[in-house]
Amino acid sequence: MKKGTIFSYTADFKNILIENGRIIDPSTNRDETGSIAIADGKIVAVGTIPADFSAERTIDAKGNWVVPGLLDLNVHLREPGREDKETIDSGTAAAAAGGFTGIAAMPDTDPVTDSQAKIRYICYRSEKSPCRVYPLGAATVRLAGEELAPFGEMLEAGAHAVAGSGKPVTHTAMIKNIMNYARNFDLPYFAHCEDTMLSGKGAMNESSLSSWMGLPGSPSVAEDIDVARNIALAAYTGAKLHITHVSTKGAVDQIRLAKQQGIAVTAETAPHYFTYTEEDLQGYIANRKLNPPLRQEADRQAIIEALVDGTLDVIASDHSPHTIEDKSGEFDHCRNGASGLETTLAASITALVKLGHLSPMELIRRLSTTPCDILAVNGGTLSVGSSADIAIIDPEKVWPVDTMQFHSKGRNSAFAGESLTGEVLFTILNGQIVFER
Amino acid sequence: MSLQIKHLLGLKDVSREDITAILDSADHFAEVLNRDIKTVPTLRGKTVVNFFYENSTRTRISFEMAEKRLSASPLNFSTSGSSVSKGETLRDTIQNIEAMKIDMVVVRHGSAGVPKFLTECTDATIINAGDGYHEHPTQALLDMMTIRQRLGKLEGLKVAIVGDILHSRVARSNAWGMKTMGMDVTLCAPTTLLPQHTESLGVKVTTKLNDAISDADVVMLLRPQLERQTHGLFPSVREYRTYYGIDRDKMNLMRDDALIMHPGPINRGVELESEVADCERSVILDQVTNGVATRMAVLYLLGGGEQ
Repeated sequence: MKKGTIFSYTADFKNILIENGRIIDPSTNRDETGSIAIADGKIVAVGTIPADFSAERTIDAKGNWVVPGLLDLNVHLREPGREDKETIDSGTAAAAAGGFTGIAAMPDTDPVTDSQAKIRYICYRSEKSPCRVYPLGAATVRLAGEELAPFGEMLEAGAHAVAGSGKPVTHTAMIKNIMNYARNFDLPYFAHCEDTMLSGKGAMNESSLSSWMGLPGSPSVAEDIDVARNIALAAYTGAKLHITHVSTKGAVDQIRLAKQQGIAVTAETAPHYFTYTEEDLQGYIANRKLNPPLRQEADRQAIIEALVDGTLDVIASDHSPHTIEDKSGEFDHCRNGASGLETTLAASITALVKLGHLSPMELIRRLSTTPCDILAVNGGTLSVGSSADIAIIDPEKVWPVDTMQFHSKGRNSAFAGESLTGEVLFTILNGQIVFER
Repeated sequence: MSLQIKHLLGLKDVSREDITAILDSADHFAEVLNRDIKTVPTLRGKTVVNFFYENSTRTRISFEMAEKRLSASPLNFSTSGSSVSKGETLRDTIQNIEAMKIDMVVVRHGSAGVPKFLTECTDATIINAGDGYHEHPTQALLDMMTIRQRLGKLEGLKVAIVGDILHSRVARSNAWGMKTMGMDVTLCAPTTLLPQHTESLGVKVTTKLNDAISDADVVMLLRPQLERQTHGLFPSVREYRTYYGIDRDKMNLMRDDALIMHPGPINRGVELESEVADCERSVILDQVTNGVATRMAVLYLLGGGEQ
C-alpha cells in the first residue's frame, strides 16, 4: 500500500488531459472509454477532445475508471476539540486519498457545531483543504436534544443540513420540532436512529453470540423502532429525512415501504455493514466495535439488496477516527466507530462490484451523484461546464490495508490487515490535482 | 504432562483431553491437601500476579491459597472498576507489572474479553478468574471435579442450572465444559433472566423449574444478582422464590440422590432455603475445597512446574 502525496488546494489552474479512461458518469448514465479535458478548473470537453487543446499535464487513464469526485455524507472530523484524533487537515487529506472531493462534517465536535460562528470556523479552516468540507449544523444546542439550534444562521454561515449526530434525539416532540423547523429552510435532517433505552450499554449486537461473548447487547429492534418513529414524523411533517448508517433488515424494510408511500426519506449505509457481521467481532476486535453494531448475516444480505434496489441511496464511511488507547483495553469501554475515508471506495468495490451486486455506474451513483443531490450541492457529474471534481481509480489493484500508511490520524480501521480491491490513483478538486498516489 | 492450551481464557475452546487432564491433576492435588504437609515445591520461584479489578473474596483467596500450596510467590493487585476510572490503560498497567518479571497472571475483571486482551499485551500465562458475563472457567472445572468425585463420572449425567443465566459467567463456562464432557445440560430461568436468543446455545432451555430438576443428577443454583435488578427483570424476591427458589418441597420433586450445588455467594431464603443449602445432599462446601485443588492443577499444568 503506497501512501501517495497530498497537495493543498491553491486555485493554481493548469490544463489537464485525462486520456483513455473508462468514463463513468451517473448524472448522464455515460459509461464509455474516452478522454476529459480540464481548463480553468472546469471540465471543457468529454469524449473527443478538440485538436487545439494543449495540456500541461496528461494522465494516461487506460484501464482506470474516471468518475466524478466522491461525496461522503458522514464524516467525523473531530476538529475542533479532539485534534489528537483527527484534524481538518488530516481528515481532508484522508478524504482526498480516498477519492472524495467532498465530505459532510458531522457536528459532534467539541464544542458542538451548533452556531454560525462554529460553522464559519470549519469553513475557514478548510479553505485550502484538498477536499470540500460541507459542515452540518447540530439540530439541537450542544446536541442535547432540548433546544433548537439556529438553523437559519447556520445555513447562512455555510451549513448544508442539520443533524443529530453520534446519538439520537430522544424526545419525540423535539424531533417533530426539528423536522418542522428544518422545513422552514428546506434543510434535510440527518437522523441517527437508535432507541437508547433499548440499546443501553450494548457493546455489540444482541444475539446468542453476545450472550456467549458475555457482552451487553444492543438489539436490532432499537434501530428499527427509531427508524419507524422518524419516518412517521417525516411523513407527518413533510420534512426531508436522511437516515444515517442503516444496519438492520428491519430498518431497510421500513425505508423501502416509506419510499413506496412517497415519503421524503433517504438513507445511507457504511461498508462495514455490507462486509461484516457480528461473527467478525470474535476475539473482541475493538476496531469492529461500532454504533450501530455489526449485525447478522440476514441483515448484511438485506443491506446489499437495499443498495441494489435503491432503498439505500448512499454509501458513506461514518469515518470515526479514534486514538489507539480509545480502541484498546476493556472491549465494552472502547469507543465506537472506525476510520473509514481511505477504505470506503475499495471496500465497496470489493464487496459489491467484484461480487456482482452493483455495476461500477451504480456504485459511483451511491458514492457521488446521489449524495450531492441529497446535500443539494454541485458535483456528482462529469458534464461539460461543471467543476472538475474527479477521481481516477484502478479498479483491479489489490492492496493490503496498512493503517500506518493512512493520511487519517485514525488507525482504527475495521479492515486493518485485510486485502481490498480498487485503489484511488488521482483526486482532482476544481481542476487541481490534490492527491496522487 | 502439558495441555494443548497455553492460557485458560474460558472453556469454550478447551478439549475433552485438556479438561480431563486438569480434573485428574486436581484429584491428585486434593490428596495432597489431605496430607499433614500441604505444600509442594512445584512452582517454586514462579511469580503469579492476582490481578483483580472486581471485588472477590472466595476466588481470590482460593487462587492465593493454591499458589502458596504450590510454593509460587503470589502478588496481589486489587482495584475496583476499570482502567477508565483508574486513569491508566490496561495495557500500561499489565506491561508495568510484567516488567517486574512475572510468570503468570490470574485476572478477574468486570469487562468480558479482558483476559484475551491481556494475552495480546504480555508474554505471561493468563488464567481467567471471571470476565464480565463471559466465562469463569476454574469455577466450572471445580464444579465438574466435585460432580465426578461424588458420582464417579461426568458423561451422560443430567445437570440443571437454575437462576440468573443472563448475567452468569458460571453458567456459560459450565455449559461449554459440560457439553464437551458429554453431559446433558438444561438452563432454567424466567424468560427475563435468559439470554434473548437461546435457540443456538446448544443446550436445553426451560422456564419451568419442575421440568429442569425432576430427573436431574445435579441441580446447580445461581443467585439472582439483586444488584443488577435495575430494569425490572423480575417483580419481587418473593415471586422469584415462589417459582425458582428451592425449598424442602421443591427438593422433594428432585431425585433422592441428586446433588445440590451453588457457586456462592448464596442469597439464603431466595434461591436456596437454608435447610436445603445445609442438607446432606448439598456439596457447596466441597466445591470450595475443590476450588483450591482445581486451581492448583490449572496453575501447575499451565505453569510448567515439575512434580
